Amino acid sequence: MAQGIWIVAEQREGELRKVSFELVSEARRLADAMGQPVAAILLGSNIKEKAAELGKYGADKVIVADDDRLTTYTTDAYVSVIAQLAQAQEPAIILLGASVQGKDLSGRLAARLGVGVAQDCVALSIEDGNLVAKRPIYAGKAYATVTYTDSVPQIATARPNVFELNEPDESRSVEVIDAEFSLDDSQLKTKVAEVIEEAGGKVDLTEAERIVSGGRGMKGPEEFAILEELADLIAATVGASRSVVDAGWRPHADQVGQTGKVVSPNLYIACGISGAIQHLAGMSTSKLIVAINKDPEAPIFQKADYGVVGDLFEVVPALTEALKKVL
Amino acid sequence: MNILVCLKQVPDTESQIKIAPDGKAIVTDNIKWVMNPYDECAVEEALRIKEKFGGEVTIIGVGPKRVTEAIRTALAMGADKGILVDDPALTGTDSLGTARVLAAVIKDLEYDMILCGKQGVDDDSAVVGSNLAELLGIPQVSVVVKLEISEDGSVVKAHKEVEGGAFVIEAALPALITAQKGLNEPRYASLPGIMKAKKKPLDVKTIADLGVDAGEVGESGAKIKVIQITPPEERAAGKMVEGETPQEKADKLASLLHEEAKII
Ligand SMILES: Cc1cc2nc3c(=O)[nH]c(=O)nc-3n(C[C@H](O)[C@H](O)[C@@H](O)COP(=O)(O)OP(=O)(O)OC[C@H]3O[C@@H](n4cnc5c(N)ncnc54)[C@H](O)[C@@H]3O)c2cc1C
Ligand SMILES: Cc1cc2nc3c(=O)[nH]c(=O)nc-3n(C[C@H](O)[C@H](O)[C@H](O)COP(=O)(O)OP(=O)(O)OC[C@H]3O[C@@H](n4cnc5c(N)ncnc54)[C@H](O)[C@@H]3O)c2cc1C
Repeated sequence: MAQGIWIVAEQREGELRKVSFELVSEARRLADAMGQPVAAILLGSNIKEKAAELGKYGADKVIVADDDRLTTYTTDAYVSVIAQLAQAQEPAIILLGASVQGKDLSGRLAARLGVGVAQDCVALSIEDGNLVAKRPIYAGKAYATVTYTDSVPQIATARPNVFELNEPDESRSVEVIDAEFSLDDSQLKTKVAEVIEEAGGKVDLTEAERIVSGGRGMKGPEEFAILEELADLIAATVGASRSVVDAGWRPHADQVGQTGKVVSPNLYIACGISGAIQHLAGMSTSKLIVAINKDPEAPIFQKADYGVVGDLFEVVPALTEALKKVL
Repeated sequence: MNILVCLKQVPDTESQIKIAPDGKAIVTDNIKWVMNPYDECAVEEALRIKEKFGGEVTIIGVGPKRVTEAIRTALAMGADKGILVDDPALTGTDSLGTARVLAAVIKDLEYDMILCGKQGVDDDSAVVGSNLAELLGIPQVSVVVKLEISEDGSVVKAHKEVEGGAFVIEAALPALITAQKGLNEPRYASLPGIMKAKKKPLDVKTIADLGVDAGEVGESGAKIKVIQITPPEERAAGKMVEGETPQEKADKLASLLHEEAKII
């Protein structure tokens, strides 16, 4: 019988990403309901010391695969190692982050193991011993609740920023195990030639807790300075509508929406964005939405928790000043 | 260089999504079907590679007859030929099943590269590309925003978008790439292109033609089962921030964020 829930921890440059802790936290909740253990799979090089952090959030066991060829994520090496471990130990469930890495890995792993995968889940539960996953479809215009047939393990990826973190328990101990695997260089057909970090090292939109987004109402690229200033003050990441990206004012990586990034921050401030259906699809799961727009009829106001009708060139700088006072 | 593009037809992104009474599908009556937006980028990239290296671009779709329209659009953009797999047994196929059908088509073709979209904008799975690469045993690079191919056509260098940056990944061809928006600006089909497309070959195949067993596809072969589709939760009605001046509104908003929502 397949047993236990695995999560695949995600690290970049040796640092665990927040989604790893979200995964452990959620796995803990599911495992408690099933009376089963949680194991975290950690791949990298010289990474063992990070295992304890995963324990604090609820992992019973951390299986560490340490190898120079696992320093940076590649599909070939990671899938090979995780598939070997899964075939040997038969976990019931494997959870990964719905990050670029997790989505890439999960599909290939699933095909290798001949099982299904549910991507980008926002809620998980166990029914009759099976994983049940709720996931947005049509970029959140609807949700599908899906389950698995004839799939061991059952694989799902969890959207970052959605699953609640457990309170870390410093006193929790964790068993750390060296993974048994073999990596054959001839299987490794891809190579990371270069890692390009965006200047400023700002938090990515998909992981940001706060986002300040600008639309065509911003009038031009220079004007984004007022959004940057607000964002700097409240530790937010700046996003954009597609019109802005199409106009070349901001890079594509900044686009929020159905064909951009789907985000769910705690706070989303939309400035000069009308609220087209494709934009709303990308941000309507944000916990609190603020809209600043001069047109009281703009559809964005229907999604906003707080709406301000006004000229953003007046309201945004005034908001920045007002927040400086309360912070 | 021969390039294959896997193409999905999806509801236009403008579509309002209505859920069918059985709660398991969406109402498709008034839907306008279009080429998946990411697949437009895949087609465009294939055409650019062909323009540089020569060769043929073949479009492959799995789905009902209406998918021919999307394939014709790709042919009108400049692709050379199309293959549609249409079979009643395919209803309810999941991503792995779709990948199996695509793999069955592809095993008889010669290719240097396969291009897919990053994900379908309908079911949003982002699975078929990596499923397919695994079934074919070729390397994959997903979410690609820039693609360079060595002069001799043997190696691809793909910029993969990751959180806060990019990985530049090298892979030997043949490889499978999934296209992210920003990879290129897809061209529109020209009028002469549309005329020419009508005469380009478009083969329609059944799964029996491909030697795929009906048990591997459709609902019976699916590893993922849809229990129900639900609308998004309604958001509670919001509050308009009143005030005589922008200054007053901004002050009020700041205190709402700080004191009422306690978010800043
Ligand atoms: C409500 C609902 C929820 C679903 N949830 C899941 C799920 O969680 N897991 C799962 O495995 N399946 C799921 N399915 C089934 C799955 O979405 C479809 O079977 C399948 O065709 C995959 O399409 P996609 O858009 O999801 O593919 P994606 O993997 O998002 O598509 C990526 C790329 O693959 C290519 N491609 C995809 N489909 C085709 C095609 N038919 N023909 C040619 N090329 C194609 C295109 O290049 C496309 O850009 C669900 C279906 C429904 C109706
Ligand atoms: C296939 C497809 C995919 C798409 N995907 C996306 C996507 O992923 N993301 C996305 O965002 N869009 C997407 N779109 C585009 C979408 O349909 C809209 O065109 C776009 O979102 C509009 O951007 P906007 O709100 O910035 O511009 P507009 O709709 O032009 O709105 C500008 C707003 O600014 C306000 N304004 C102007 N001046 C001021 C001022 N001084 N102060 C305050 N307010 C002001 C106006 O009242 C107006 O509401 C997609 C479209 C298609 C066809």
